[in-house]
Amino acid sequence: MAATFFGEVVRAPCRAGTEDEEEEEEEGRRETPEDEEVRHQLARKREVRLLGRQTKTTLEVSLLEKYPCSKFIIAIGNNAVAFLSSFIMNSGVWEEVGCAKLWNEWCRTVDTTHLSPTEAFCVFYHLKSNPSVFGSCPRKNMQVTILTCRHVTDYKTSESTSSLHTPFLKALKTQNFREPPCCSLLEQPNIVHDLPAAVLSYCQVWKISAILYLCYTDVMKLDLITVEAFKPVLSSRSLRSLVKNIPQSTEILKKLMTTNEIQSNIYT
Amino acid sequence: MFVPCGDSVPDLAGCTLLMPAVSVGNVGQLAIDLIISTLNMCKIGYFYTDCLVPMVGNNPYATAEENSTELSINAEVYASPSKKLVALQLRSIFIKYKSKSFCEKLLSWVKRSNCAKVVVLSSSHSYHRNDLQLRSTPFRYLLTPPMQKSVQNKIQSLNWEEMEKSPCIPEIDDSEFCVRIPGGGITKKLYDEGCSKEIPMVILLKFVSEGDNIPDALGLVEYLNEWLQIIKPCCDDPSASALPWKMPSSWRLLFGSGLPPALF
Repeated sequence: MAATFFGEVVRAPCRAGTEDEEEEEEEGRRETPEDEEVRHQLARKREVRLLGRQTKTTLEVSLLEKYPCSKFIIAIGNNAVAFLSSFIMNSGVWEEVGCAKLWNEWCRTVDTTHLSPTEAFCVFYHLKSNPSVFGSCPRKNMQVTILTCRHVTDYKTSESTSSLHTPFLKALKTQNFREPPCCSLLEQPNIVHDLPAAVLSYCQVWKISAILYLCYTDVMKLDLITVEAFKPVLSSRSLRSLVKNIPQSTEILKKLMTTNEIQSNIYT
Repeated sequence: MFVPCGDSVPDLAGCTLLMPAVSVGNVGQLAIDLIISTLNMCKIGYFYTDCLVPMVGNNPYATAEENSTELSINAEVYASPSKKLVALQLRSIFIKYKSKSFCEKLLSWVKRSNCAKVVVLSSSHSYHRNDLQLRSTPFRYLLTPPMQKSVQNKIQSLNWEEMEKSPCIPEIDDSEFCVRIPGGGITKKLYDEGCSKEIPMVILLKFVSEGDNIPDALGLVEYLNEWLQIIKPCCDDPSASALPWKMPSSWRLLFGSGLPPALF
């Protein structure tokens, strides 16, 4: 509890996240078999499902077993995905091999069994000319590259964040990643969480070579300058061979931006 | 599950396992940070689990450029073999409904590892104290039955206060009494499981409020040190100004980045 300046007593949020714990205990006591069944059904609905490209049915073997690869690149967020599509996936022919479908209470789609392809949240591609490269089973000689963005206010530094020149790139790598990174490493006490952290944690624990390139920006929607901030990544040993035509990539990127801008302009 | 850093599984038999409960003010976690940093404990493995929110960052205990680039995740195990001490550090909060599963997995690992005892460092909301508690020391302890025989005498000689029982349902007058630890996260669950699974476990906690909890963490490690003597206690010389506990480099900027000069 905390007292405010206006004399009211309010429940102060606990940064250790323990508010739910008492709720949980009560739930355990009051739960009927029907409640438990509803909770299990909800848990099943929230499961992440991997679907094959042609069949759109659940894959029977893991994607990496079906398409073993030496390079796995994952882009999270609109700017990272735009970079990947324009600069890496514009060369060669990339074939869609599967997708991951998921649902939780925050999704706006209602029907989970018949999600259309445009609603897939994660699509896996592989390079037809060099199937050992995968654009989504821990292989010891596999290298994973993760690209994502964060708002610059998440970045902790002794100077004020308003004085930083955004966007800028930072990296975090696992112990088994031997190459020099394309930018400086993320300094303590900064951390990364959610999906990029989950992937990197997995790679660190199971000794897979992996690197996360994190772009700190002050524009979270699709933005040309933010996407171009990922460019140093193109000189890395693993991605260098995939980059073919940078001017063409820039054109593709500009087209992506214009399409997006038109859609988001409510006045025309 | 426990995944070792190296190729072989380290032998934890006979060791004391120190761990935090993610609780109010994060005091347990800060205390474990102090212990790992002061004793320069080395990482021996990860407690890989889907029960905690994922997070990564560079080595929080870095002392120089060379050791600052080792990646750390949300649950890691450190050891000080000479002191037969093992520390589990938890760096993020539980995913909803997963705390019970985590307790079960953790305690099965503890049993399999044959640890001599488990010490849980925790905290509880200071505003929940009753009048007696307000007037006494803010530190409390709890022992599971297997521990009671071995450490009761030592605890009594230290004049420690056991965590009092309070009404299970405060609104009802003739409610039963039980141990309640508001704001303690999984502390109560760990204690209950420790009792039922006969695990030698000690809970040490402090009544705190959220804020700058570094002094609370220092207090809690000193409390632990009275019993376990992890480091030599401060000498009696009042002019000795050096703090025996070393704060890790990751404790910088705990309250955010620098301020924009234009603010003033």
